[in-house]
Amino acid sequence: MKEKASIILHCNAVTVEFDGFKAVQGMDFELKRGELRFLIGPNGAGKTTMLDVICGKVRPTAGKVLFKGSVDITRKKEHAIAELGIGRKFQTPSIFHTLTVFENLEIAMSQNRGVFATLRARMRNEDRERMMNQLAMIGLEAKAQWRAGRLSHGEKQWLEIGMMLLQEPEILLLDEPVAGMTDKETDKTGELLHAIAKKRSVVVVEHDMEFVRNFASKVTVMHEGKLLKEGSMDEVQGDDRVAEVYLGKRRDADAGRTTA
Amino acid sequence: MELQMRTMTPQRILVLIGYAAAAVALFCAPLYLSDFRLNLLAKFLAFAIVALGLDLIWGYTGILSLGHGVFFGLGAYAMAMYLKLEASGGKLPDFMNWSGLTSLPWFWKPFGSFGFAVAAGLLLPALLALVLGFFTFRNRIRGVYFTILTQALVIITTTLFIGQQAFTGGTNGVTGFGTLFGQSLGKAETKQILYFVTVIALFAAFVLCRYIVGSRFGRVMRAIRDGENRARFIGYNPAVYQMLVFCVSAALAGLAGMLFVLHVGIISPSMMGIVPSIEMVLWVAIGGRGTLIGAALGAILMNAAKSTFSESYPELWTMFLGLLFVIVVVFLPKGLAGLFPQIKLRKRRGMEHEGEGVHYSAL
Repeated sequence: MKEKASIILHCNAVTVEFDGFKAVQGMDFELKRGELRFLIGPNGAGKTTMLDVICGKVRPTAGKVLFKGSVDITRKKEHAIAELGIGRKFQTPSIFHTLTVFENLEIAMSQNRGVFATLRARMRNEDRERMMNQLAMIGLEAKAQWRAGRLSHGEKQWLEIGMMLLQEPEILLLDEPVAGMTDKETDKTGELLHAIAKKRSVVVVEHDMEFVRNFASKVTVMHEGKLLKEGSMDEVQGDDRVAEVYLGKRRDADAGRTTA
Repeated sequence: MELQMRTMTPQRILVLIGYAAAAVALFCAPLYLSDFRLNLLAKFLAFAIVALGLDLIWGYTGILSLGHGVFFGLGAYAMAMYLKLEASGGKLPDFMNWSGLTSLPWFWKPFGSFGFAVAAGLLLPALLALVLGFFTFRNRIRGVYFTILTQALVIITTTLFIGQQAFTGGTNGVTGFGTLFGQSLGKAETKQILYFVTVIALFAAFVLCRYIVGSRFGRVMRAIRDGENRARFIGYNPAVYQMLVFCVSAALAGLAGMLFVLHVGIISPSMMGIVPSIEMVLWVAIGGRGTLIGAALGAILMNAAKSTFSESYPELWTMFLGLLFVIVVVFLPKGLAGLFPQIKLRKRRGMEHEGEGVHYSAL
């Protein structure tokens, strides 16, 4: 897949303004099929807002988002974008806590989501198999009949990742998937991400630099709503401007404190 | 639930026996109840149908409607119009004469047909719910704001019905019926048949709700209750689901209204107003949200208590109702149905917090 460098997502000069504050300013972003991309940057750089634009939660003030080169998703509704094949995982685990683990996966599974289809839906054997495989992959087989609200934080995150995979999106947008996880859980999540990226494109917003270093192939750095640098982790780390954004800020702050 | 095949576990058998016992008790009620009590029970069973519908939209989908009195009332008026026309025997209904009308208004004419009246009693509430749902759910108006709008709907409707006395009978409502299909409504045999019709309607409504709740559609309803936005990002359009549930819920209230008129012989704006609308919600809250049987039992028990209690202490009833509501909210968030958790618990392991996702903040 990688050698066929077809672009699946193209963001063109996206600008988002909230009451005069520009959260994202003319951001360009391209994602290839089967790519695992990390989106990093200091707080307030506009990373989450970028994901919000792609999944339809926020409408950009200017600019365009094209899916598969031709489908303009800039003005589409969230559920329509999700149906096209863009899945989103939010920062906090958001699973349906009164449903069981199994039921969570059941409704997330790719299927006709119309009201009359779900009224008549029957569990087919191949669906059941898919779900059991997914349960095995996220390691929650034994807890299939648990109410999802009772799972631990890490388990909830995996359940949500499992739900997203059954949804079979072509692009997966993940917002800080390892936040609040233990080291072991983090490693497992990283492996999960690599397994996922074999079949689909993934964009990960992450603060945990060690996690990024361990698992990243290509990194996009945002700063103050703009693209700062794009490249491999080594290139990014060697870049002066990136260092300045990440380290310089601290230097300025320290300087500010000493002169004050 | 899907994982464990539908095997006959002891718990399941117990539940089925419970249903069977309830069915037998209801169908044999004419044998051990006086005509007066039977008529009361029939009325309560009609209310149980409203409770089932309310539970669908509130207990399962998390949307509190304080406007079900209107849907109930529309169904009731549809049936009342048919009965009134039959009672008037081709002449102008009495209240129209008093108000100075000389001919039957155009919208009354089709209600001379029983089939049309029944269809209207189901479809008018559903249609009104669809219109209200279309403008609210699609614009993501939820929670308290939606609830307030349903209250506004009640006020608008009752004001309209009171104001248009010539067409609706005003404050007095529509009453003075005689016969249904030539059979006197006052006769004991007619009442018995109407009772059985109500029992069957209640069972049909229960089976329908059971099917909806047990289907994947039902799981999406609960998913929307738990996290509407999340459901949206999976690809479901919550507004369409909410609209459909609201419509079904309203149609059930309409069905109940039609039966109510047949048993009670009158419908007036005060029976579809704010207070009855809130009372309907209380039946569901006290019986148990998120369990159909709880909602239905809540309606029956609350009304039975109301009629027993108010026979002796009419002025204390509302205070008692308020007290009961507070007790249930504080001690039994799952309602009376929450008193029997062990059946549920064993049926679905790890689901002991049934209904935890529903918050009273919706009030």
